[in-house]
Amino acid sequence: MTTQTETHEAPAGELGKARLRKEDDRLITGQTSWTDNITLPGLVHMALLRSPYAHARITRVDLSAARAQPGVIAAFAGADLADEQGSMPCVWPVTDDIVMPAYPPMAVDEVRYVGDAVACVVARDRYAAADALATIDVDYEPLPPVLDMRAALDENSPKVHEAGNKCYEWTLANGDIDAAFRDAPVVIERDYVQQRLIPSPMEPRSVVCAPIGDEYTIWSATQVPHIVRILLSLVTGIGEHKLRVIAPDVGGGFGSKLEFIAEEVITVLVARRVGRPVKWTESRSESNMASHHGRDQLQRIRIAADRDGRIRGLSVDLLANMGAYLKIVGPGIPLLGAFMYNAIYKMDAYSFRCTGVFTTTTPTDAYRGAGRPEATYAIERIMDELATELGMDPLEVRERNWIKHEEFPYTTIAGLTYDSGNYEAATAKAKELFRYDELRREQSERISRGDPVRLGIGVSTFTEMCGLAPSKLLGQLKYVAGGWEYASIRVLPTGKVEVVTGTSAHGQGHETAWSQITADALGVPFEDVRVLHGDTLVAPKGMDTYGSRSVVVGGTAVHSACLKVIEKARAIAAKLLEAPPEELEFTGGAFQASGGGQSKTIQEIAFAAFDAHDLPDGMEPSLDSDSTIDPANFSFPHGTHLCAAEVDTETGMVTIRSYVAVDDVGKVVNPLIVEGQVHGGIAQGIAQALYEEGVYDDAGNLLTTTLADYLVPSAADLPSYVTSRTETPSTTNPLGVKGVGEAGTIASTPAVVNAIIDALRPLGIRDITMPCTPERVWRAIESARSLGDPSARQNGGTA
Amino acid sequence: MIPAKFDYVRPSSLDEAVSALAGGGEDAKVIAGGQSLLPLLRLRLAYPDLLVDVGGIAELRGVSDQGGTLRIGARTTHYDIVGDPLIAAHCGLLAEAAGTVADPAVRHRGTLGGSLAHADPAGDLPAVILALDATLTARGPGGEREISAADFFVDYLTTALQPGEILTAIKVPKLGDGWGYRYEKFHRTAQAWAIVGVAALTRRSNGQVAEARIGLTNMGPVPVRATAAESAAAGVSASHDALRSAAAYADEGTQPPGDLHGAPDYRRHLARVLTGRALAAAAGV
Amino acid sequence: MAEITVTVDGVSYVDHVEPRMLLVHYLREVVGKTGTPIGCDTSNCGACTVLMDGASVKSCSVLAVQADGAQITTIEGMANGEWHPLQRAFHEEHALQCGYCTPGMIMAAADLLKENPHPSNQEIRDGLEGNLCRCTGYENIVRAVRRAAEAGVSE
Repeated sequence: MTTQTETHEAPAGELGKARLRKEDDRLITGQTSWTDNITLPGLVHMALLRSPYAHARITRVDLSAARAQPGVIAAFAGADLADEQGSMPCVWPVTDDIVMPAYPPMAVDEVRYVGDAVACVVARDRYAAADALATIDVDYEPLPPVLDMRAALDENSPKVHEAGNKCYEWTLANGDIDAAFRDAPVVIERDYVQQRLIPSPMEPRSVVCAPIGDEYTIWSATQVPHIVRILLSLVTGIGEHKLRVIAPDVGGGFGSKLEFIAEEVITVLVARRVGRPVKWTESRSESNMASHHGRDQLQRIRIAADRDGRIRGLSVDLLANMGAYLKIVGPGIPLLGAFMYNAIYKMDAYSFRCTGVFTTTTPTDAYRGAGRPEATYAIERIMDELATELGMDPLEVRERNWIKHEEFPYTTIAGLTYDSGNYEAATAKAKELFRYDELRREQSERISRGDPVRLGIGVSTFTEMCGLAPSKLLGQLKYVAGGWEYASIRVLPTGKVEVVTGTSAHGQGHETAWSQITADALGVPFEDVRVLHGDTLVAPKGMDTYGSRSVVVGGTAVHSACLKVIEKARAIAAKLLEAPPEELEFTGGAFQASGGGQSKTIQEIAFAAFDAHDLPDGMEPSLDSDSTIDPANFSFPHGTHLCAAEVDTETGMVTIRSYVAVDDVGKVVNPLIVEGQVHGGIAQGIAQALYEEGVYDDAGNLLTTTLADYLVPSAADLPSYVTSRTETPSTTNPLGVKGVGEAGTIASTPAVVNAIIDALRPLGIRDITMPCTPERVWRAIESARSLGDPSARQNGGTA
Repeated sequence: MIPAKFDYVRPSSLDEAVSALAGGGEDAKVIAGGQSLLPLLRLRLAYPDLLVDVGGIAELRGVSDQGGTLRIGARTTHYDIVGDPLIAAHCGLLAEAAGTVADPAVRHRGTLGGSLAHADPAGDLPAVILALDATLTARGPGGEREISAADFFVDYLTTALQPGEILTAIKVPKLGDGWGYRYEKFHRTAQAWAIVGVAALTRRSNGQVAEARIGLTNMGPVPVRATAAESAAAGVSASHDALRSAAAYADEGTQPPGDLHGAPDYRRHLARVLTGRALAAAAGV
Repeated sequence: MAEITVTVDGVSYVDHVEPRMLLVHYLREVVGKTGTPIGCDTSNCGACTVLMDGASVKSCSVLAVQADGAQITTIEGMANGEWHPLQRAFHEEHALQCGYCTPGMIMAAADLLKENPHPSNQEIRDGLEGNLCRCTGYENIVRAVRRAAEAGVSE
């Protein structure tokens, strides 16, 4: 089958139109409802005391002084809540024998990371709560921290939990891996480090709980109000029907708010205890310690290839840091990568093994890309090593191995079936925009004139799996929920339309994009559509927003519900127009018999459904329709990113000179939103490559607790990006969309590091651990220089 | 995060401020723009009982020409310094460095005196003041005294100011003809503290560097002068090679810290490289 | 408690506050101007940027008592019957996603354009160095500020 790749043009209908966002009105005028903005009569403030030790036994918690402070309503230690707080759940037990230790929302007798909640106070205002916190007296008996993953797996290592530090081992294999490596002319093995990242959405987490009788309304800065509702019910025993969870305006998430958090449980329990609405809002330094972290994997990757560059086999062995406890999908994050190491390449054999490890650090979970950036980094880095070994251009070795556009659908060695793609088209376009050949010339000129500022070109031809996810597949992977999504279309009597969606945006622009999908399908004006979301009372069902799933699954559900509305409307139109329904054509929001004549608009039909005076026999007086969609497959966006980086060899400073991204995310609902997602994604990927790292000292103290130490880049630190697209529609959903939320982040990290290594390879450097700080780059240069003549090593030492 | 409780006074004259500060004892602190102090208060890394806000004292703000020197009021903001014509004309190095402090909003509030009294060796202005051979004026219960920049920075976050003393002004000798300058700040992101900063001044004469003064940021518990490099640069031809050779001594006698952003040996290396660059830029080559 | 008089978005308020109260908490919790959010403890993120007597400041790093007598403009005071040109430009250039940094970013941009009505792209980037955005990668923010500059926002 040949997939169609188009260059985009201005569309006639709503889909593909660069609509300005509906969300902006409130966001640019300061009328936003962030969770911390919520005030309620009688609202009190909760503050949490957190462990200053990475690992310690709690021997005494004295709250008496705190309780005596002016304005303090209550104070609780973990022991006070022990009988009702339950254990925080993990919904992705990836193996049958996974170790799943108890995870009390508030530590009772042992703390296992710096930031573990130990006690809380509730006070009339947040100032009084902060003061009272300072008066709590806790005695700790320090226990040895467990920080290094390899050391943690040693049988003599101190244990994070009684059951040991190994959480699970998960494997995937296909093809004869031994045969692939046996006698392979080229074998390259590399160790890469995926440093720990702190997701850092600009809005810190915040929870408000209002108890009314035995019912609870919870506002939370979350990506997943529906999941929170279910899990809150399971953990606290409060009936799900008594819980209403609202995600109001949410200030970014990037996976960090794809979480059911201990603080949600504590806030609800405390609100129940004090019988008043309770608010908890974290500070940034609290967030850096206690909001989950991302990445933190050690990767060993081996590739076997023929001399002509053809890949024979790939083997991957990972250690994945779980941190101190299992977060909701923490163990599954590396699995999302497991299917992606083979990337866009064909090969004979593949083996993957991941060992999850407990340490006394902040627990890890999803961060933008979740498993896929790690995989893409490792394969794209080693593809460059392979190119070097073979003396090929890095794009050439990729082209020799990638799936050709005429080969789709293609079942990969990891077992996924990629429905469509066109790597040739995206790469050709990127090369042209980048002026690839010109930059290569400049690169060699700089070397020949001995310029201390070297130029490097980094390539990343990535794909990813989006649209999480077919429920059946999730079941096979032991994920305990489905991957469907829900939408409901409510056609109001006046012809305006309400779209209820189970996806809950936190910056992605669903209100705009879903309006476009609806306006396009129903032929109503874009302005006449309102999208309702993020409140379990309003949008009762949903699987929420993560994994670039929203448009693929949630958008498809909206589209599918619209089609049901049209079929209901058709029956009414037929009655009104006195024509057989199958002879009516629906275009531009109106039904008309194919021969012409009278027509009825969807708005007229909406009123007809409302007054119900003249409906077909047996028809319910409503056009409203629901749809719950379980995707048939993942979707597979892809693209080619090219980065030119200058490296000052005297200081180690890296400056990105130009960056070109050509992404293929299938059909596009709104190109502005797509471009924005790509921009932001690239920035976060660059940040991993150059700036960000969560660092612990030897005692397990997080050193990067503020934005002064955890370096999130500003506009002044980042380049301008050239972005473009090719369009190869997905064949597994009616909109042809593939998802775009994570693409930029997945692609850009290896593009940047490949550029740095490309610049420094003539000096004998083949890897620098991320983030590639000036100091690390300088040290790599120094150590390469101290090793002597680089040309000698280059010939013999790549493997 | 939220500061612990403190008392607060906002005197309208320097005398009142001095007596308020003296009355507050050891746990009283001066606040001017508060851009260094407020984050410390919020993180509860500082617990003053009393803050004496000098923000209402007019005489502490502004730049005046005093013949051979400029007098800069201690609470003159970084923003004011960046745009001040006298500073541009007579000690442009200070304006160049002040323009690299934090970000525009912080520069609107942060003051020269505050930066110096806070004495963070990673701050940009202490090394600049040192290189400019400035003199600092302090007022305390015992009256006014002058402290040379070289004597002002005593230890990490510690100055020669006595409890009860308020830094009131900074006097900077005007740079005469032939002087050039450069502040080379090396940091990982625009907002980040300098890993190393080099404030260089050179006086050119007949194609040579007749005199060089170099202040180093974040190369020890206090800002330091790179005296060995200054001597080495004096009298050399104003060329890249000669200045780079002189800069090879830039880290002599320093005690650079090691932290997340750089180990001591890396800082020493940076000091040498950046000094070479700063001297070359200052000398206009 | 100290008595302060502060004009916020054109309305004068007299309040008694603890000396330690941060200006941002005063704006949000006393005056009820929740349009200005808080993103960090160290003045790095810039989400809380407001104009104080016309100059951008980070309201988390100013005490409310230090704002006694000052004129404060928040994002809520920017629109004057119709959107401020920067608000319009942010909308038109899709310069916001989650919107949490947007109030501070717009206030910082207003200050930037007052200082430099016709900035280059690099000057825009440098002028916004104190404001972090995690969503947009800044590309469209730079475009929006340039668009507002071209529309003559400072006039």
